[in-house]
Amino acid sequence: MHWRHKHLLDVDQLEKEEIEHIFELARNFKEINNRPVKKVPTLKGKSVVLFFAEPSTRTRVSFDIAGKRLSADTFSLSKSGSSLLKGESLKDTVLTLQAMRPDCIVIRHQFSGAAAFIASKLNCSVINAGDGWHAHPTQALLDGFTLKEEWGELAGREILIVGDIAHSRVARSDVKLFTKLGARVRLCAPRTLLPPRVDTWPVKVYSSLEEAVKGVDLIICLRLQLERQEKGLLPDLREYSWRYGLGLKHLKLARPGAKVMHPGPMNRGVEINSELADSQKSLILEQVHSGVAVRMALLYLYLVGA
Amino acid sequence: MNFDLVINNIKFLGQRVFLGIKEGKIAELSFKDLSIEGVPVFDGQGCTLFPSFIDAHVHLREPGFEYKEDIESGLKAALAGGFGQVLAMANTNPVNDKASVTEFMLTRARELYPSGPSLHPVGALTRGLQGEEMAPLGELAQAGCKAFSNDGLPVKNNELFRRCVEYAHDLGLLVIDHCEDPDLSEAGVINEGKMSSYLGLKGIPTVAESLQVARDILLAAYLDIPLHLAHISCKESVELIAWAKEKGIPVSAETCPHYLLLTEEILADYNTLAKVNPPLRTEEDRQALLAALRTGVIDILVTDHAPHADFEKEVPLAQAPNGISGLDTALALSLELKRQGQLQEQDLIRLWAETPATLFNLNFNSFKPGDRADFILVDESKKWVVSEKTMYSKGKNTPFWGQTLRGKVKYHFLEGKLVYEDK
Repeated sequence: MHWRHKHLLDVDQLEKEEIEHIFELARNFKEINNRPVKKVPTLKGKSVVLFFAEPSTRTRVSFDIAGKRLSADTFSLSKSGSSLLKGESLKDTVLTLQAMRPDCIVIRHQFSGAAAFIASKLNCSVINAGDGWHAHPTQALLDGFTLKEEWGELAGREILIVGDIAHSRVARSDVKLFTKLGARVRLCAPRTLLPPRVDTWPVKVYSSLEEAVKGVDLIICLRLQLERQEKGLLPDLREYSWRYGLGLKHLKLARPGAKVMHPGPMNRGVEINSELADSQKSLILEQVHSGVAVRMALLYLYLVGA
Repeated sequence: MNFDLVINNIKFLGQRVFLGIKEGKIAELSFKDLSIEGVPVFDGQGCTLFPSFIDAHVHLREPGFEYKEDIESGLKAALAGGFGQVLAMANTNPVNDKASVTEFMLTRARELYPSGPSLHPVGALTRGLQGEEMAPLGELAQAGCKAFSNDGLPVKNNELFRRCVEYAHDLGLLVIDHCEDPDLSEAGVINEGKMSSYLGLKGIPTVAESLQVARDILLAAYLDIPLHLAHISCKESVELIAWAKEKGIPVSAETCPHYLLLTEEILADYNTLAKVNPPLRTEEDRQALLAALRTGVIDILVTDHAPHADFEKEVPLAQAPNGISGLDTALALSLELKRQGQLQEQDLIRLWAETPATLFNLNFNSFKPGDRADFILVDESKKWVVSEKTMYSKGKNTPFWGQTLRGKVKYHFLEGKLVYEDK
C-alpha cells in the first residue's frame, strides 16, 4: 500500500483500510519484538526527533524503542531541557529543529492543535503523540490493535470508556477509531467530566457505571487527574472512586470474557481496583507491548511511505 | 444658493442625487442637478453616498503596544475604511485612567490628522482596569473621554460596578460593559459547544455572556440609568435585551461584523485568526444577531478592532491573543450583508452612523443643510483582496485574510474636504 499521508495528526484522517494495514504491519513487527535480537536495519540513516513538551514516560520510551529497533536515530527533547522554557515560541523551536534535517518529529504538547500547528510550519513528517485534550492517535491505534489481536474483529463489539472524558485525548481518538472499525461505544462519567454537546458524538452516554457496564465486551478506564478536584469538578477522590471506580463486581455485569484496558499511568484504587488491574481480565500490559509494534509500523509508514 | 463644491454622479438610497457643500457643511442634497456656473464639480463616478461611519469600539494600542498598532496606522485604517470617528478603548499601557493619557491620545490624533478622522477616547471605568476601585471619571470626562468602559476585563464586583455606573451618569457619559462572567469563561479558548468538544478545547459558554447581560439589564432598570452592552455574540443575550427593551429598560447593545458572517465552524483547523472574545458562536446565534439588528434590538455595529502582531497569532490556538483586526474590512463585510439581503442601505446608515452618534453624543451627518459634511463615496462593486497591500492597520489578524471582498471607500470627505482617495 502506498502511504499517502505525510503527517499523523489524528485517526479521523485514516481510512479503514489504512488502519487495517497499520495493524497488519504491527503484527509483523510484533514478531521482531519477540526475537532474541530485536533490531532490523529498515530505517537506518533516518532521524526521528522525540519532542515531548509535556511529561511522558510510556509514549516516549515506546517511540524511542520503536525507532531504535528499526535502526533509526532517535533524539529526545523535553520541555525542561529546551529553549521553550526560555520563552522561545513553539514555531521557532520546531523551525530550529527542522534546520537540523530530521525526517520526522514526534510531538507531545499540552495544547490542543499543537501537532497540526507545527505540521503547518514544517516540511518533515509530524506524528502526534498527544496534543492537549484533542487527540492521541497512536494510543488509539495501539488500543485498536490490542483488541484486534484479542478478538479478531472489533465490529459489533460494545466498548465502554469510563472516567474523565472531557479532558481526555485518548477518549476522543478512541471513539473515532472504534466507531470507524464498527464497534459501538459507550461513555460513562459524571456530567462535570463529560465534554459539552456530547450528544453530537456517536456514543451512548451513561451516568451510572452499574448501568453502563451491562453487556459490554471491554471497559477502558481513564486516569483521573487530581487537578479536576481542585477545579471543583468533583467533591473528592473518595467519592469518585465510590461512584466511578471500576471493580471486579462490575465485570460480573459485563459480557462473559470482558476485558479491561487503561492507557496509563494508573491511579490504583481510584479509577481502577488494584486487584482487577492485575487480573487475567486486564489487557493493560498487552497494550504497552502492542504500543511498540504499532509505533514501529507508523514510523515505517511515515518515514518510508510504503 | 451658492456652493463651494457640487458632487454629482452619486447614488443615495437607490436614487441619483446631487450634493452641494458650503463651508464644510451640507448645503443641499437634491434630486436635481445643482451645478452652477463657476462652482467646481466633483465626479462621484457612480459611487454610493454614505455619511462617514462611526466605530464605537476600537483598540488603537497606543500608548504601549505600538508594535500591534499605533494611532497613525489605526486612524489611517479608519479613514480608508469609511470611519470619520472612532471610540478608542482604554486598555493601553499605561491604561487610559488619567487625564494625561486621554490628552496624549487626543493630541497625537490631532497632530497626525488635523482634518480627521476624530479619535474619541473611552476612559477606564476602574483604575488600571483592575475592577477594584473607580477611576477618576470626572477628570477623564473633562479631558475629553466620550464614554467609560472596562473593556477586556469585566467588572465582577456588582457593588463597584453599580457605583461606577451611577457616578458616570452624573457626568453625562455612557458606560460600555464588556459582558462576561470571568469565572464561567476562565481559560476558555472558543465557544463551548460542538466545536470545542471536538477539538478538545476549554469552551466559553454563552451563559458567561448572558448572565452578565442579565445583571446589566436588571441594574439599568433598578437605577434607571442607560447602559451599553458591548459585542453581543449569542442568542440568549439577544432575547434578554429584547425583553429589556419591551419593558422600556434603558439598555443599548452592539455587535460586530464577524459575528454576523462567521461561526465556530471556521475554527475547525484551529485558525488563530478567528480567535476572538467573545468567541464566534453557532449558526443559530448568527441568525439571532442578524434579526436583532433589523428589529433594533441590537442598536449599533462596531468592529471591536483588535490588532495584533503576526507572531502573536502564530502560536497554538490556546496561546493566541483574542482579537480581529476590523477597520479595513468592516464596510465591505457590511455590504456583503446588504447583498445577502440581511440589511438594507438605511440599516447600515442607522447602525454605523446615526445611532452611535445619538448614543455617544457625537456628530452625525444626516445630509440636512448645516450638517457637517462628513461622508464617503463607496464603490460597491469594487473587488479587492484582503492583503498586506490593501490593509492599512498594522494588525493583519483577520479571518478574512486572502479573501476577495466587494465594496471599498473611493473617496472620504471630512468637513467638506477630500481627505482620502483610494488609488
